[in-house]
This record gives sequence, C-alpha cells and structure tokens, in this order.
Amino acid sequence: MELRSRVPDGPIEEKWDSHRFDMKLVNPANKRKYTVIVVGSGLAGGAGAATLAELGYNVKCFCFQDSPRRAHSIAAQGGINAAKNYQNDGDSVQRLFYDTVKGGDFRSREANVYRLAQISVNIIDQCVAQGVPFAREYGGLLANRSFGGAQVSRTFYARGQTGQQLLLGAYQALERQIGKGMVTMYPRTEMLDVVVIDGVARGIVTRNLITGAIESHAADAVVLGTGGYGNVFYLSTNAKGSNATAIWRAYKRGAAFANPCFTQIHPTCIPKSGDYQSKLTLMSESLRNDGRVWVPLAKGDKRKPDTIPEAERDYYLERMYPSYGNLAPRDIASRAAKRVCDEGRGVGPTGLGVYLDFAAAIARVGEDAIRERYGNLFVMYQRITDENPYRVPMRIYPAVHYTMGGLWVDYNLMSTIPGLHVLGEANFSDHGANRLGASALMQGLADGYFIISNTIADYLAAKKLSAVDTTHAAFKEAESRVSEMTKKLLATKGSRTVDSFHRELGNIMWEYCGMARNEAGLKTALEKIPKLREEFWREVNVPGSADTLNQALEKAGRVADFFELAELMCRDALERKESCGGHFREEYQTADGEALRDDEHYAYVSAWEYAGDKATPVLNKEPLEFEYVHLAQRSYK
Amino acid sequence: MNLTLRVWRQAGPKAPGKMVEYKATEISPEASFLEMMDVVNDELTLKGEEPIAFDHDCREGICGSCSMMIDGHAHGPNQGTATCQLHMRSFEDGATIFVEPWRVRAFPVVKDLCVDRSAFDRIIAAGGFITAATGGAQDANNVLVPKVASDLAMDSAACIGCGACAAACPNGSASLFTAAKITHLAQLPQGQPERYRRVVEMVAQHDAEGFGGCTLHGECQLACPKEISIDTISRMNRDYMVAAAMSQEEKVGGGTG
Amino acid sequence: MTRAVSFWSSTVGKKIVMAVSGLIMVGFVILHMVGNLQIFEGSAKLNSYSAFLHGPANEVLWIVRVVLLLALVAHVVSAYQLTVLDRAARPVPYAKRDLQAATIGSRTMRIGGIILALFIVLHILHFTTLTLQPAALTEGDVYANGIASFQLGWVTAIYVVAMIFLGLHLYHGAWSSVRTLGFERGRLDPFKRPVAIVLALVVWAGFTLVPVAVYFHLVP
Repeated sequence: MELRSRVPDGPIEEKWDSHRFDMKLVNPANKRKYTVIVVGSGLAGGAGAATLAELGYNVKCFCFQDSPRRAHSIAAQGGINAAKNYQNDGDSVQRLFYDTVKGGDFRSREANVYRLAQISVNIIDQCVAQGVPFAREYGGLLANRSFGGAQVSRTFYARGQTGQQLLLGAYQALERQIGKGMVTMYPRTEMLDVVVIDGVARGIVTRNLITGAIESHAADAVVLGTGGYGNVFYLSTNAKGSNATAIWRAYKRGAAFANPCFTQIHPTCIPKSGDYQSKLTLMSESLRNDGRVWVPLAKGDKRKPDTIPEAERDYYLERMYPSYGNLAPRDIASRAAKRVCDEGRGVGPTGLGVYLDFAAAIARVGEDAIRERYGNLFVMYQRITDENPYRVPMRIYPAVHYTMGGLWVDYNLMSTIPGLHVLGEANFSDHGANRLGASALMQGLADGYFIISNTIADYLAAKKLSAVDTTHAAFKEAESRVSEMTKKLLATKGSRTVDSFHRELGNIMWEYCGMARNEAGLKTALEKIPKLREEFWREVNVPGSADTLNQALEKAGRVADFFELAELMCRDALERKESCGGHFREEYQTADGEALRDDEHYAYVSAWEYAGDKATPVLNKEPLEFEYVHLAQRSYK
Repeated sequence: MNLTLRVWRQAGPKAPGKMVEYKATEISPEASFLEMMDVVNDELTLKGEEPIAFDHDCREGICGSCSMMIDGHAHGPNQGTATCQLHMRSFEDGATIFVEPWRVRAFPVVKDLCVDRSAFDRIIAAGGFITAATGGAQDANNVLVPKVASDLAMDSAACIGCGACAAACPNGSASLFTAAKITHLAQLPQGQPERYRRVVEMVAQHDAEGFGGCTLHGECQLACPKEISIDTISRMNRDYMVAAAMSQEEKVGGGTG
Repeated sequence: MTRAVSFWSSTVGKKIVMAVSGLIMVGFVILHMVGNLQIFEGSAKLNSYSAFLHGPANEVLWIVRVVLLLALVAHVVSAYQLTVLDRAARPVPYAKRDLQAATIGSRTMRIGGIILALFIVLHILHFTTLTLQPAALTEGDVYANGIASFQLGWVTAIYVVAMIFLGLHLYHGAWSSVRTLGFERGRLDPFKRPVAIVLALVVWAGFTLVPVAVYFHLVP
C-alpha cells in the first residue's frame, strides 16, 4: 500500500494557502449534482455536513442517535484552543503549532498541525458568529483559561459545557440546511459498511435502528466523522453508544488504520465505584487550573484528607514538574497518578484515586469565584459521589478518554480508499501520541468547517466518476454481508450477555494495553482476545429480532468490531518498541520514569492494512519528518 | 437494594402497550438508575425475554437522550438532574417505582421507553439558528457581548433537548424548550437580525407539531435537568408581541433561513 | 394568512389574548368590588352610586359593558380552544404523575373558569336583569336588593363559594397574565408572588364581605 501524504511543498506557513490555490474547484452550479454522504453528526461530521450543504452539495447525513444534537462531542467540557493571543501573553500560530507537536510527543504530521493552528483562529470567529455563548469579561471581550501542556491562556470556553455549545452551533447550522432541504438527515441509522466500487468509495450500507431495514445509499464521496474507539475499554468517558464500527468496517474495505495503540488516558475522572458501573465520568482538565493534586506521603494513610497536615502531603505534580505543575499534559499526569497509586499511596475505598483539592483556591479567591468557574462540575461530582467538593477534596483517577489513532488520512483528510474522507477523532491526523486538552474540539471543527469543504472539491473535480446506484452488485454484496452478520448474532442464543463480553474485553485491554504496556502483557492480551472473541461468537445471547428497535443487537455488532480492533491495538502497541505520549512501554523509559522515545527507529505513522480475517494485518509506515520543530525529549519540569 | 419496577412495555409505534412488573434485586445504592436498568435487562436477556428499550448515551447528563418518567416525575424525584444522574440512593429499599415514557402526542413512542423527539429538531430547523455560513465571520472580539447578556444566553443555551419540559407539562407544551432557544439567541448581538422572524417561525412550528399551550403551571422548570427558568417563556412572548406589532417586511428582512 | 389570523392561530397569540382580556376583567372586578363595599355606608350612598351609573354615566356604563362582554368572549373562546389543544397534546395519560409546581390556583383554572362563567350568568340574571328573584327585588334599589338576597343562606353560600374560585382564578390569572405579557415578575414559588397574593386576597375578601356581613346583619 502506498501512503501518499500529499503534503504540499513550500514553507509550512504557506502550505495551506498555496494548496487551496492549487486544488481544483467545483463550479457552484455543479455542486448540487454531487451527493456527499456524511456519517456522524458531531463537531466534525455536523460541521462538515452543514458547510458542504451551504456550499451547495447535496448532503445525506447519518447518525445513530435520535437527533444529530446528541453526538458525543456534546460532552466535552473544558474548552477549545485558538491562537488568538487575546491575552497578549506571547501566543501565536507558531506556538500553538509547537505546543501541539510537542504535546503529541512528535508523532504527528507537522503540516497538518500547522494548518490546524492557523485555522484555530477562524473557528472562534465562526462560532461566535453562530451565537455560541463563550465566556466573556465584563467589558464584553472573550475570556480565556489555561489548559494542560501550554504556558499561555488560549482556551475559550462556555462554562463547563464548551463541547455542548459548539455542537449546538454546528447542529443549528445543520438544522438550517435540513430545513432548506439541502441536507437529508437520517437519525437512528447506523452505518454498517462502506461500498467501494472501482476502487473508490461510492456509498454506504446502513441499518435503520427503528425498523431494522438494511438500506443502501449511493454517493460521489463518503465522509466519516464517527469519533473515537475508547469504548474498546468498556469503561471510558465516552458515551455508551460511541463505537468504532464505521471506521472498522472501512478498515476492512481497505482504509489503513493508523496508530491504533495511541489512546489517551485522562487524568481527572471520577474513580470507579463498583462492578455494575457502566461508564466513567470526566472532571474537566480545567479543574487543574485551581485544584492541587496530592496524595499522602505515607503509604496506606487512611486518615481523612483534612486531617492530614500539609507536611505529610505530596503534591507530586508540583514536585515532579515545577514549571507546569498541576497543568502537566494528560499522559504525564495520568502516569504520575498511576505511579503514586502503585506505590500504595492511593486514596479512597479502592486505593485507586488521588485528591484534587480546591481548599487553597477557595481560600485565595473565595467559594463564589470557584462556583462561577466550575459550578456545574462540582454539582456533577457531588451527584455521583455524594460528597461535597467545596468541603472535601475530589477524588480522581485516570480513565480512557480519547483515541489519537484512527483511519489514516492524507493532507486532504482522505483515507487510503479514494473518496472516503475521515474527520475529527475518527482520523489519526493531528495529535500524534497524545492530545493536549481543548484540542479535540479545535480539530473536529477545523476538519468539518474549513478543511473538508475545500478538499472534497479537489477530489470531486479531479475524478471522473461513473454513474452508480444502489442496484450495483457491490451494494447487494455489502447488504448481504451485513444481514448475514445480524442473523448470526441473533441465532447464537448462548449463555452470556453482550455486556459481559464487553466488560471482560475492557478488563483485558485496561490491564495489558492501558496506561502502561509491556511485551509480555501485550502478548498475553493477544492470546486472550481471540479466545474471548471466539467464545463471543459461540456464547453470546442477543435477544429479540432484527426487524425492530433492538439495542442489544446494536451493541453486539459494535462489540464484535471492538474485539477485532482490540487485537490490532495490542499488535500495534507490541510493534512500537518505544514510549511516546499515551503509549508507555515499561521497557522504554528514562531513569526518572519518563517516556523514552526512539526517533531513529519509530518516527513514523503505523498504518495497518487489512489482509483478510485469518491473515495478519500488514504494517505500512509513513515516515515523519520534522523540519520546523526540533525533536527533543519532552520536558515539563 | 431490592425494588419493584412497573415499566411501560410497548413493542412498536403502533402496538398496544401496558405496564409490566419486574423485580430489581441486589442493586447497589451507588448505582445510577440506568445501571439498575442494565442489571434488570441482563437478567431479562438470560431468561430469554426481551430487554426494556430505553434511550441513553452519555450517562453524564449532557446528551439529553435519557427520558424516563420515574414515579410521576420527569427524570425522577431530584431536581436539576437527568435520569442518568439519578442514583439509587435516592430511593427507599423495597420501593415500587413506576417507569414510563414521555407522554406527549408530538413524541410518539418508538418502543417501550423510547420516544421520537424529532419534533424538537424541526422546531430548531424552523428558525433556531443564526444564519452565518462558514467563512464569513469577522474577528470574534469585534462583537462585544456584555457579560450579563452572555451569562443569560448561556443559562438558556444549556438546554439539552431531552423533552422533560413537555413531558412534565400538564398541557404537553414544549414552550420551555422553544423559549430557551429563542432566549439564547435573542440575548446576543449576533442574534438580532433574525430575532423576530425566529420567534414567529419557531412558535408556529411548535404548534404545528401538536404541543399544547403554556398555562404557566411551572412544572417544566422543576423538571428541567438544566433548571431553565420560565422567565424564558416571558421573553419569548415579549418577542412574539413585538414581532406581531412589526410589519411583515421587517420580520422577513432578517435572514433567508 | 393575515397577521391577525396567524397571531390568533398560535398558542402564544391565544395566551396573549387571554391575558389581556383577563386583565381587563381584573380591572373591572376591582371597580365592582369598590362599588359593592359602599353598602357599608348605607342605602343612600349605594343607591346614589347606582343612580349615577345608570343616569349621567350611562353611556360609559354601556361602553364598559361592551368591552367586558368582548373580553369575556375572547377569554372564554381562547380558553376553550387552548384547552382542546392541550388535551390533544397528551392523548395517553401517565399511570402515575406527581405534580410539583402547579398550584391549586393553576390546577383549578379550567373548572374555576366554568364555575365563574355560570356564576356570571346567574349574577346578571339576579342583580342586573332581576330575572331571578330569590327574594322580592326592586329595580333601582340596589341596597335593598342586596340585603333581601343575602339574608337567604343559600344565596350567600353560592356567592361565597363562587368568590373562592374567583380568588383562586385571580391568584394564578394575575400572575400568569403579566408573565404571559412578557414581565418576569413574581417567582415560581407560590408564596413569592406578592402582587397576585394581595390582589387575590383583597378581591376575595372584598366580595365575600358583603354577602357574609348582610347574612350576619352587620350592614347598617
């Protein structure tokens, strides 16, 4: 497989400009002749669908939720980065670019990241124009807060609901186009296969989640904005429905899957409390602006936190990383938490937790100021734990949050299947081995509003596509493949529920492919996962029928894909014999326990190519070159 | 904890439905209501019965998917919470709990506890937006928004579109949902050009969907997981009156929707 | 669709019509109550007030009557249509429903409205047209008519009961109509609506006082 990144020539700051000039255009009157399928209605998909429709394309948009407004982007709390330098604190496009490449531990493509930093300023303008109620100063100007991995204040926010507000902006723009008839919306519809004809993506096969009907949709291009695959771990901060099915089935049709092992473990989540638990709840990273992270100095110290004197507390992030302190990047903060808990100094009933303490901030600025900044997060915490975080420190522990890996895309966001474009978390492009806080929203919207709208024209104008409709044999083949799988899942009627398998898979992944990985563990996982998968196909019990709303059936299909993806993740983690960002191989660390990269051998993107159900996938490598950012060991000390 | 559930079961949109009794046993008080439902569903599955369908997704109170009438309260007895944020410690051991779908004509039942809330999407499509095609925006700080206005806009924009307002309203009115979006956009300078056109179009769509009218019982405000105030309804009505007093040309002039 | 039609066809438009017509009637009710209370100043005072209304102020009286009739019709028609819409909006009731915010005032608006409408008819047939004569009534002698009627226990009882509904109707109606007209005044908390509470209590007390006082021979 050839991986052509299509990064334009020229100085990095001019690449996107000159590329836009070089790309072909579609005449406004011709745009309506093209049908574009957009799968997913979150920040990337929703913004993409709305923008493509504004431009005049005929758009069909699909989401499995009952409304496009419910895509999981809605749950992002803290904020969105932009290199506006409104605070006059030394920010610039160059600095956001640098912070993001460094934050990603030098495993992302420079040109993509630079473009992201450039576009970041337009995103804020666009969102404000749409009526996103970002936080303001008294004078009416936009307010900013700080986020991990940066020493400037460049994060724009709307209380603790930034993702929600940005998504509603995109959703409203999308609804406007739906109202005008430019977008046909298919809610409660799940994409189950992508249809490739003559080597290019020409449509998708879906299941109507209410009637169970398997349907085909033909188009001139397909865009996936279907999010990440953190739910492989069962317990994660993702929504219950978040899944990898769209990208996984695209992978099986020939789209390369890049860096699957790069998963982000978020340091500030509410610790797990029991086996019935169905998901983990994130507490925004923004809390680390004012909260101080600590554990007792002594092992097994079970005293109440307020009775532990200052001298017997270890503010370990401040101690280990004095210049970034509590705002160290996510991967580093997560590993530090794991380390102190492994030492036996964890707090709470399970010993898997650390304190996030606001006492100092409340003493400094008062309870009201803290309430103003984080009120809804505190309420959320109290509801879940029944503890008042204004009085006792929060207990937090890392949890799976985001996946940097995803389908491989070129500079135009096109996968290795021509015509199949991938946006947002579903692609691998911008975050390398670790994503900085408040950058996911930035990337989703950059891809959706500003990039795909330009690059899709280049694809459509350059390609002479034959007329294809859903009667084509390839659609029929995909439909029957999907129906077969459904039938098989329903027919098994074994002894275990889908969730029990999913939970067990999650435990394996968390144990062996979680915050820290090693060769022996990954090999164990690679033995256990296929065994469990085999048991799944033998013993799963999917109740009900195919011709109605059947949530167990939906889950079963997604979990079946998670099994295969989990295996690829472990394979990728095993192959990458270095530590970088969220991928921490215990064999490769510095003397003081930091990630030890191997730039000589591993400065590449691993792009895995499907080779058949029984065959081992093929590893393709896209070398990463760093012309503008000097490769160095990350230091946040 | 051990509980008795009385749950609405309905096989499909046209099928008849009825309340069915289930036992939920050995439930942790720390579990959320939906996690309790998961446990019940797992047991049903292994017994060969069909599990109870219910909408849910983020399970942290922001996506607005979950939608259960629990013991006669939209989203359960606690204020300012969605069903997913309701924990079993809010119930007495041994309690009998009624679980029903939203009962509003404009939200037809899809299956069991799942309803079709696309009426809300159509209300938004009718005018719940600011026309700002991608790429044409000026610098964000060129628009000054007083902090008070921005905060008020945010209070209304917090709506998660769950439908609890209409479910709780004795009249089956979605005035709170409609008013929240109108208030969010009308507070902001960017929302002014389409302000009066928006209110007329959105109210018309609200009515066309078959929601009832507001008689200010106030049930919606207490049911709202985001505690949106009925003040927004007064604001909506104010704008509606101004819109009615304006000439048609002025209303239409705002945007092209 | 003309503007008036589109306004009237919306739930918000109908509510505004209800609110405005309701407030007109609230104004009238207050004047009526002040007029009634003159009974405590004796026969001469009350009868001369009545003579003034039917004499020099007769044209004004008729204008007021026409306005009130229009307001009443608008109020009843919009209430009826909204009720039909509201009922249709929830075809299947809940098996269990526990209202949290609705007050006794808001819950009795419809039944109270019907009772008040019937009462208005009775009241006009009783004191205005003198068609119903529970006791012998004389045209022009308002004072005597009042005394004669309210010495009958059952007449007093009808009026007392109707005035309870008037008070409840005003409590919710006054609060919700100003809110419907766009004022964010008064809180959802039923005890934090000072104007509505005072208005409802004063009107209820003012109207109840007369028949009760007559019945207990406390009127001069």
